[in-house]
Amino acid sequence: MLEIRNLTVKIADEDKQILNGLNLTVNAGEVAAIMGPNGSGKSTLSYVIAGKEDYEVLDGEILLNGENLLEMEADARAAAGIFLAFQYPLEIPGVATMTFLKAAMNAQRKARGEAELLTPDFIKQVNAAADKLGINRDMLRRPLNVGFSGGEKKRMEILQMALLAPSMCILDETDSGLDIDALRIVADGVNALRAQNRGFLVITHYQRLLDHIVPDTVHVMSKGRIVRSGGKELALELEKNGYAAYSEAA
Amino acid sequence: MAAVQETIDQVKSIDVTEYKYGFVTEIEMDKPAKGLTEDTVRYISARKNEPEWMLEWRLDAFRRWKTMTEPTWSRVNYPPINYQDIYYYAAPKSGASPQSLDEVDPAILETYKKLGIPLREQEILAGVAPENRVAVDAVFDSVSVVTTFKKELAQAGVIFCSISDAIQEHPELVRKYLATVVPVTDNYFATLNCAVFTDGSFVYIPKGVRCPMELSTYFRINEQNTGQFERTLIIADEGSYVSYLEGCTAPKRDENQLHAAVVELIALDDAEIKYSTVQNWYPGDAEGKGGIYNFVTKRGDCRGKNSKISWTQVETGSAITWKYPSCILRGDGSRGEFYSIAVSNGAQQVDSGTKMLHLGKNTTSKIIAKGIAAGKSDSTYRGMVSAHRKATNARNFTNCDSLLIGDQCGAHTIPYIEAKTATAVFEHEATTSKIGEDQMFYCQQRGLSEEEAVALIVNGFVKEVLQQLPMEFAVEAQKLITISLEGSVG
Repeated sequence: MLEIRNLTVKIADEDKQILNGLNLTVNAGEVAAIMGPNGSGKSTLSYVIAGKEDYEVLDGEILLNGENLLEMEADARAAAGIFLAFQYPLEIPGVATMTFLKAAMNAQRKARGEAELLTPDFIKQVNAAADKLGINRDMLRRPLNVGFSGGEKKRMEILQMALLAPSMCILDETDSGLDIDALRIVADGVNALRAQNRGFLVITHYQRLLDHIVPDTVHVMSKGRIVRSGGKELALELEKNGYAAYSEAA
Repeated sequence: MAAVQETIDQVKSIDVTEYKYGFVTEIEMDKPAKGLTEDTVRYISARKNEPEWMLEWRLDAFRRWKTMTEPTWSRVNYPPINYQDIYYYAAPKSGASPQSLDEVDPAILETYKKLGIPLREQEILAGVAPENRVAVDAVFDSVSVVTTFKKELAQAGVIFCSISDAIQEHPELVRKYLATVVPVTDNYFATLNCAVFTDGSFVYIPKGVRCPMELSTYFRINEQNTGQFERTLIIADEGSYVSYLEGCTAPKRDENQLHAAVVELIALDDAEIKYSTVQNWYPGDAEGKGGIYNFVTKRGDCRGKNSKISWTQVETGSAITWKYPSCILRGDGSRGEFYSIAVSNGAQQVDSGTKMLHLGKNTTSKIIAKGIAAGKSDSTYRGMVSAHRKATNARNFTNCDSLLIGDQCGAHTIPYIEAKTATAVFEHEATTSKIGEDQMFYCQQRGLSEEEAVALIVNGFVKEVLQQLPMEFAVEAQKLITISLEGSVG
């Protein structure tokens, strides 16, 4: 589903290279976890896949179902099925959450040549998905993420993920700033979306998220490359021994 | 920095390429030499066949103006204005006060057609329900060229004409109310206006009459180096209601042009005036070359009990805007409202806001000001809310929000609050938010294009104010804002 080959990336206005020939494949139905120390390039990887413009791709390619993402704008990538749950979701002042959700869903439908959603269907869908995540109606009327707590923002990311039904979900440090109850709600939300035709890339610094979202594969990232891959037991090993060995290996 | 930098670049270029009202009408004009002396004042008065009292009033204002100095307290910068290098009067040669459209120069009619302002009543009537009709007074440089629907309005007792005609035909009303809200010596630009004002609109709504249609004035500056000094006077007699709208455009010129208007509103007992402005003067190019200096004094007097005056403005044009539509809440139980959207980009400078002066008992006021700054523009909200010691139970609610697009613009809020009675309750809320690159990326990640994202955020930001505009103008205003900002991101 998602194939990344020899991805080499630097920050646009600097000489600093962040990703150094990274290779990674995530299959449909697979939950892949990426773990690694701070500064290993995990967040950069998620931004580059999603199409943030602060980076310059020097080499390599990213394919989603065979389509070359690097040739598309961020909004086209979203319509093609990429979803990024942000580590720090942004506040959109003055735009009610409902309004934002509808605009986003319809923009993607339009890009795919589908008809706009009818309002009653839209409301039904949103309410059903919001109920599952414990998001109340009042929150849906407030401007998106404005004044939301850290946990509320993360739940809102998962709500958007559920409604937009992407084929490739990237979760960037979704566990950061969550207490254990919030973590469980978010993880349940993600688990409910696991499907045969959908891949997940779960980026995390800590093992604890992976207790709740159990991955099929675990990849260790260091200095802009995948330095080791394995099954879910690899996460436990990392938790025990730390990242020190990989910093040297890379 | 790509996404937002691109936005900024395109916002910058929009002034130069996208101002669609920037054309010039080639027409022979009648104008005296540049410069301002007593003779200029006499010339203007003579051209308008004004009575002696009007000339004396102008000359008195002119003498006072000479003793005054230009104010410098606002947060705007511009090179000194040479008042001797401006034309103070410019009228189409084809006759200053045509009696019918047939006497109006076709070039002028064509101009208004291009601007989308219908002047032929039969064209307006076609397909428009009576309640949606709009009567128009069209002011071209220094003169009013035509006022539509005068007859229909007269049947209701409503007087809607140019101020020049009002001075001739209704001197008693003009003398009774002129400069009773904005005194002759109120401020430098208002005093200048008293001396050299050339035209504008006059409205009188008699007792108990609800004006049967929207009234509007459309101001067009066409001539080069010409100042426009318009004067508008609206009187709503007891228990009457009127909704009035003004629109403004000007051609692209390399020189700055001065627009110094005075607007006075008077609402007597239980009367209501709703005054809306869609101001789209030429803003100048990206570096701030050219554009209109919009130095305007607008004030409403809620003179009667339970009267109401409401200002709504959408400001997207002008190189510099300096205006504070205000309300004097004199009558007990009167109410003042101010709704404003100020959009600035390129090198535009805006210093605008309102004053709510509570004098009567149980008076209330509401201020909703939304500033959107993009490019290298600078936007200041300056407001004053005061309660006189007799203004028991005065209430004000103020909300000032600023939205910044990019990181080269600025927004400032300067509220003055003064309560001399312990029973006054004044509330003030202010927020500043920014559309940055990260927000744009977030929206795009959800599938919205840059254009859609900006439109969504800006519309969300201004909708509370747009709702105050008459329906058909709200649509226009929304388009205008979208053109100024959203179109810039395409």
